Amino acid sequence: MFELSDYGVAYGQSDVIRDLNLSVGKNEIVAILGRNGMGKTTLMKSLIGMIPSKAGTVTLNGKDLSDLKSHERVSAGVGFVPQGRMIFSTMTVSENIETGLTSTGEKKIPTDLYSLFPVLDEMKHRRGGNLSGGQQQQLAIARALASNPSVLLLDEPTEGIQPSIIKEMARTLKQIRTQRNVTIIVSEQVLSFALDMADRILVIEKGKIVLDVPVEEADQQTITKYLSV
Amino acid sequence: MFADYTMAELTSIFAMQGFAGLILFSVFVLMALGLAIIFGQMGVINMAHGEFMILGAYVTYLTSNVFSSYLPESLYGSYFFIAMILAFFVTGALGALVEWSVIRHLYKRPLDTLLATWGLSLIMQQLYRSIFGAREVGVTLPDWLMGSYAITDLIEVPINGIFVMILTIIITVAVALMMQKSRLGKQTRAVVQNRPMAAAVGINTEKVDRLTFALGCGIAGIAGSAFTMVGSTGPTAGQLYIVDTFLVVVFGGASSLIGTVASAFTISQAQSTMEFFLSGSMAKVLTLLTVVIILMLRPEGLFSLKMRR
Repeated sequence: MFELSDYGVAYGQSDVIRDLNLSVGKNEIVAILGRNGMGKTTLMKSLIGMIPSKAGTVTLNGKDLSDLKSHERVSAGVGFVPQGRMIFSTMTVSENIETGLTSTGEKKIPTDLYSLFPVLDEMKHRRGGNLSGGQQQQLAIARALASNPSVLLLDEPTEGIQPSIIKEMARTLKQIRTQRNVTIIVSEQVLSFALDMADRILVIEKGKIVLDVPVEEADQQTITKYLSV
Repeated sequence: MFADYTMAELTSIFAMQGFAGLILFSVFVLMALGLAIIFGQMGVINMAHGEFMILGAYVTYLTSNVFSSYLPESLYGSYFFIAMILAFFVTGALGALVEWSVIRHLYKRPLDTLLATWGLSLIMQQLYRSIFGAREVGVTLPDWLMGSYAITDLIEVPINGIFVMILTIIITVAVALMMQKSRLGKQTRAVVQNRPMAAAVGINTEKVDRLTFALGCGIAGIAGSAFTMVGSTGPTAGQLYIVDTFLVVVFGGASSLIGTVASAFTISQAQSTMEFFLSGSMAKVLTLLTVVIILMLRPEGLFSLKMRR
């Protein structure tokens, strides 16, 4: 349903991602693990169109996204939660979510979004910048979900968030998958979080996939070896 | 310098200069609104903003000519409203055209946009000179805007001044509401904060850019309409205002609407009151000095939001 074939991304002459082939099925949760600098964020940013891709194609439900701009990709059904959350800090919580409604043309925030994140409903009128890190992360997810994506990309969602909330986030993401039929691709460094929520674990190293296993078969030790510096 | 006047005279001088300052304030606010929206939105310093204002003034002048020569006299009183709407759309359309043809290729190159818009301002000035002549033109005010309203024996306030001020208040409130409540406003604010992220939540940033640029220029057009009531329109009249307007924007803090209004008020009042007692250039020097000192203490301008980044 979401496929990358011979996908490549480069900064100028230096290739960061090379010949990547990946196929993610409907309602699947895939965790992409890898050390810093292995191309996780670059891959995520290029998938939403913030960085142009150099080679290969991305298709979503058979539609080629490679030449589309960011906002067109969102209309086509890609949702993005960036590293560091990047919420609009001077805008209120509800305004932040409303920016996500642009591509659907709706005016009102769907109530089921608030039921996923009750904290956001309580803080509707606060400015996004005054929320805690965990709350901002929820806001960033809610904003991405507002555009009704069929695939949701999350770039290191656990970064800078306290452990108890990380557990809760894994639960929420699984709930989102079943409630909204969303495919989720998450890039991670925290192994426990990935094992907790994903159906499938990928390890990326130097822009290539070096391991691709269902979570039941994932061997902690092998993966830890890949992740350790 | 106050010694030559009696107390009553001083009061009325301050009141009338204050009121003259309010008219200047109106023009500043309308100009600065457009400039601040454009600068805040895309980091483009529009050096041609004064010429966009003058375009609005010429549109007003043309409309008044059409009304006086082709339409019955009874309609003349209403020409200003038509002129204002026309000025808004003509300058807005030109703004959109300029954004599409020039500015959008120069984003991320602030120095180049500065040069490009400055060049544009020269082109526009020459066009005005070729089309309308180098002489300044003025419009005949309709009867209901003529005359003044005497508050006391010594204090008189001109009716056109009151009208311009009311107009400014209405437009400022409308722009504020639009930025706060409307969908375009929210999208604009999102783009201002983080352009790539705004695109990644589904906002068509190019369209938002074009609309904001057009809106900013359109407001300058309305400023031009208002300007015809208080000054005469010439090809280079816009240049006189652009520096002061930049001052207003920077002093007020580019992201804050209230800041823009407050700084326009301070600067226009300071100038107009001091101009009466000192010479015009001395007044300007004092205003500039004060602004520089305040900006050294508060580089982000008068009003800015404080929060986590």
